[in-house]
Amino acid sequence: MPSEEYLEGIYQIQGRDFVDAGIVSSEMKKKLKEKGIPESIIRKVAVVTFEAEVNIISYAEQGTIRYYVEPNSVTIEANDIGAGIEDLELAQQEGYSTADDSIREMGFGAGMGLANIKNHSDEFEISSVPHEGTYLRSTIYLNGK
Amino acid sequence: MTLEQIKDLLDAKVVVGDNKLDLEITTAFGADLMSDVLAFARSGCLLITGLSNPQAVRTAYALDIAAIIVCRGKALTDKFIEIAKELGIPILWTQFIMFEACGRLYREGLTGCIREVFVEDKQRAQ
Repeated sequence: MPSEEYLEGIYQIQGRDFVDAGIVSSEMKKKLKEKGIPESIIRKVAVVTFEAEVNIISYAEQGTIRYYVEPNSVTIEANDIGAGIEDLELAQQEGYSTADDSIREMGFGAGMGLANIKNHSDEFEISSVPHEGTYLRSTIYLNGK
Repeated sequence: MTLEQIKDLLDAKVVVGDNKLDLEITTAFGADLMSDVLAFARSGCLLITGLSNPQAVRTAYALDIAAIIVCRGKALTDKFIEIAKELGIPILWTQFIMFEACGRLYREGLTGCIREVFVEDKQRAQ
């Protein structure tokens, strides 16, 4: 892929920083719009990023979200240092949540996050070590499935 | 219907987007939980919500939601208005409760952006 078409970025996210939740999703969306990526793809990327951001803010001390655009896909990688997830299968079930009131007051914590990321992804991978952190990767194809 | 008609039906104030009142809107989604908005709302719809924090605007932006109507007369912060202006999301404000707001709009022809959530579809998608 020619270098001028390559697009990537990385954002730092601070745990418990509820005021700024969603800012990475908004910023990333602006960048992808400038690149002329189809709107339906950008929406998926924005939703995945938003959910990943809220997860880091809610459950981690700090984390990063990295994204890169390749000729046929956009990939979002979320990495954090924090609580981690004890039971990955359970955490991906819709409605399962360990959110506290501060998360719910913000309008999140319904237990939809990981399931929603999965639903919007063409490729999805997650791994976690309890009390250490979580890694999540979502790839969205530019031409659909 | 247009945003202008929505404004009139709900006796609403236009907080952001005075210049976008001719926007045509045909569907809506109502929720206070942004987790559910991110999971079920569709682009181009009107978001009816009682959540008046920056996350509501950012959620709308992520999904290309056409406009937000804040119901129950919820107080709006400067930060909320500033982000809505920055992201170009029109904001209306009404004192009607969500049920009344939804009912009045539905009666005049606005429909849900999806009608139902089918458990089977979600299981298939996973």
